[in-house]
Amino acid sequence: MSSEVPEKQRLDRQIMALRVAKEFKDGNVVNLGIGIPGLAANFVPAGREVIFHSENGVLGYGEITLPGEGDLDLVNAGGQTVKRAPGMCFFSHDESFAIVRGGHLDISVMGAYQVSEKGDLANYMVPERQVGTIGGAMDLAFGAKKLIIAMNHTTKEGDYRIVKKCHYHLTAPKCVDLIVTDIAVIEVTKKGLVLKEVAPGWTPEDVQKLTEPRLIVAPDCHDIELM
Amino acid sequence: MPINKIVASFDEAVADIGDGAVIMVGGFGTVVSMPSCLLEALDRKGVKNLTTVSNSSGFGADVWRMQGAPFPEDMDILVRNGRIKKAIVSAPVSAMYVNNFEKLLRAGKVEIEMVPQGTLAERVRAAKAGIGGFYVPVGIGTVIEESKEKKVIDGREYLLELPIKADFALIHAYRGDRWGNLVYRGTSRTFNPTMAGAARVTIAEVDEIVELGELDPEVIVTPGVYVDRVVARPKKASVQESKSTDSQAEESKQKHEADIMTAQKGKGTRR
Repeated sequence: MSSEVPEKQRLDRQIMALRVAKEFKDGNVVNLGIGIPGLAANFVPAGREVIFHSENGVLGYGEITLPGEGDLDLVNAGGQTVKRAPGMCFFSHDESFAIVRGGHLDISVMGAYQVSEKGDLANYMVPERQVGTIGGAMDLAFGAKKLIIAMNHTTKEGDYRIVKKCHYHLTAPKCVDLIVTDIAVIEVTKKGLVLKEVAPGWTPEDVQKLTEPRLIVAPDCHDIELM
Repeated sequence: MPINKIVASFDEAVADIGDGAVIMVGGFGTVVSMPSCLLEALDRKGVKNLTTVSNSSGFGADVWRMQGAPFPEDMDILVRNGRIKKAIVSAPVSAMYVNNFEKLLRAGKVEIEMVPQGTLAERVRAAKAGIGGFYVPVGIGTVIEESKEKKVIDGREYLLELPIKADFALIHAYRGDRWGNLVYRGTSRTFNPTMAGAARVTIAEVDEIVELGELDPEVIVTPGVYVDRVVARPKKASVQESKSTDSQAEESKQKHEADIMTAQKGKGTRR
């Protein structure tokens, strides 16, 4: 398995969320999963208007509030209270997934256990417990125009998460477009995985050692840009 | 005879739910969206072998008490007391910790049919709308496609999904009237309006009952024809009256209340 890479600084959750948010274009409708993706709601680039969707039936919610400071009837799918914002609206669950499945979402961001070189996604079956929660992940993976995965590049044990073939139950085949990890930004293309950006201090070779499939290093591969 | 779907108590509201019933339970992840008092009454009744249709399997009342929710019971009350034979569910377990449902599942004491959330919502809606089935792409290439009919439409593969029919739907709304018209509050709509009318009998637990005509027809979310019974929560600190430490949240809450009041053109009367 992966090893022998000297300890280098990895990006923390907030910085990963900041990098993810950079993908949001003006006017995009975006769904954020639980965890690192959810944090991206607080990092929309200045001057861009982005509409956030959440499975529980809301479009256009504001920033996540501090714990204990929000309205319990105003939450995102992760149960975090969020702020009211002008233009927001509420709807039922069937409407919410008509939005998801019907192709009305520009971007979905979620976490993963494994992503394959073809862009297959495995993110619902908790590997060591052999139980899982599909939740909205399958609908989002099938329905969103662009799927961004935000995850740590390797497991806690140092095993690959970006793999040739997913060993875990698939959430959806060939659905991932972009992978943002704590050490790299990788685009899934028909030719394979293209390494676009690396964390400061990391080289493409370092990233390759922690990635099972072969990476195509983009000609303009550079340090991760946050602004 | 005036139509009157209002029933006096939660026990009365669930009196005819028997062993082996198929029940839909509205709400999503957080307890404020759920029919907590109906779940408590159902548990008190001591029913067994239920088939439940819900988004999740519950976190347990302790979690919600800590958040200050005045009505803290979620699906966990049926899970931990062994009332469920089979769960049709989208989010049965938590990645963060092992819930009571997972314990039952591991012990082989409960059956599960896990359904993608959007497919679950649409299967419920299909039952309500009299649709015999529908095709979705969600699940192709995964375990969900097993033993389902596939069809290629416009070059894309789809799976046939069938409606979920139930005996009872237990839902939670903000306000309701004696015809069963319902409005909701914030993100607490979730599966509640979807399930209203999807079962043979729909029972709505509401924060407040208002006079017929007080709900603005422009903002009614669930038409009363979908609802068979309406029962009001006891008047204690409900969520929208619970304490808030953040002045901004308080202000937004008051504004929201004001919006609803304006929309409904009248002050609600509590029973």
